[in-house]
Amino acid sequence: MIGPDVQKHPLVRRISHWLFALAIFVMIGSGWRIYDNVPIFPFTFPGWMTLGGGGGASYAQHNEGGTGSAIAWHFAGMWLLVVAFLVYVVHGLVTRHFWRDLLPVGPRGFVRDFKAAATFKLEHRLGHYNAVQKAFYWGAMFAIVMMVASGLAIWKPVQLWWLTALFGGFDFARVVHFLFMAAIVGFLVVHVALVALVPKTLVAMVTGRATGAHS
Amino acid sequence: MTDLRHEIGRRRLLGRGMSLGALTLLTGCDFTDGDAVQTALHAVSRWNDRVQAALFSDTTLAPTYDPKRAIKDFRFNAFFGPQDSPVLNPETYRLRLSGAIDDKRPWSVEQLRALPQESQVTRHICVEGWSMIGQWAGQPLGQFLKRVGADTRARYVGFECADGYYGGIDMATALHPQTIMAMSLSGETLPTKYGFPLKVRIPTKLGFKNPKWVTAMCVTNQQPRGFWEDRGYNWFSGT
Repeated sequence: MIGPDVQKHPLVRRISHWLFALAIFVMIGSGWRIYDNVPIFPFTFPGWMTLGGGGGASYAQHNEGGTGSAIAWHFAGMWLLVVAFLVYVVHGLVTRHFWRDLLPVGPRGFVRDFKAAATFKLEHRLGHYNAVQKAFYWGAMFAIVMMVASGLAIWKPVQLWWLTALFGGFDFARVVHFLFMAAIVGFLVVHVALVALVPKTLVAMVTGRATGAHS
Repeated sequence: MTDLRHEIGRRRLLGRGMSLGALTLLTGCDFTDGDAVQTALHAVSRWNDRVQAALFSDTTLAPTYDPKRAIKDFRFNAFFGPQDSPVLNPETYRLRLSGAIDDKRPWSVEQLRALPQESQVTRHICVEGWSMIGQWAGQPLGQFLKRVGADTRARYVGFECADGYYGGIDMATALHPQTIMAMSLSGETLPTKYGFPLKVRIPTKLGFKNPKWVTAMCVTNQQPRGFWEDRGYNWFSGT
């Protein structure tokens, strides 16, 4: 006999998830404000989408466009992100979440599930991660690791000169930092869209538990 | 920070009649912003100062480059436009010293130039994100501090500039071998718009921590305030 599907999220994982959400919101918002000051590509982000104190107000008070404030946000959010990441990783190792839920993930399963998802044939079962989902989570974690590494390379190009060199120098490290930001934004778009399609996953991430009929 | 809008602030600043001799008034922290978020951000920024001081190594050198890569037409950077750069008279200019220094006699341009100069080709990294390689030469600040009998156990060195700019660095950075009292750029006398006669070039700090048109130096245990730090930028700002 098969019971209903159950999605369970232990408290620590939920805490790390929402810490991530807050940290990434702060990092992207303030990062865009910092980017806008000296853009790498021929576009900037609209001011209202950025974080770090009103530009107009900053000019009035400090005669400055709010970059200092955005940097203060960015280097505070940085700690939040590191804490969320460590909590998530340690908890995932201790509870074996990584092995039980996110592994194995191989190219064959990925291609199969990706094709099914692309043709809307992939069904979502609460508590079960398909290969595309698994790959996405690993990809997001990799992107966060790369964000931290490239961020350190930009922050400390002298003390950590070897890291900056590894990223192809200061200017290229900024490009890498931008590209992985874009990858994370891409992940978030898909992530949030899928939560909208299966709202019970949000219930589970808030209350810790959600059930659905087994299909 | 080259935006012309900064010009307004400069006029306001000069209008307030900021005394150039008031270096002691500029030491210590005056954070009166009551906003809770700003206070929290400021507290984290101070924590980040300590993390950066711990990450700083007196033996790690900033990467150096082939002099051919040095940019001659260096980007102008101040809170005003280049046309408003202070023009200092090399005959009357004096570098004034104060604080924990034995020999506080002021230094003329000629005397400063007579000191052994060291050249470096390093990357100037702006807090805004742009960077540029330049070639500067000058007496290492650490050697100068020893020469004038400064107490190098003191925690900070503060700077005051002819344009109303002010700032300071930690002693470890002041004693770093690449921290120099730059008097030349690209092998020529430091041009007016780049800080004539004296710019403190610190490749282990972000650009705004490298003061130009320096007219006074102070060795102190009180953390010197800084022009941009007073506007919300991180104090240590090491690279």
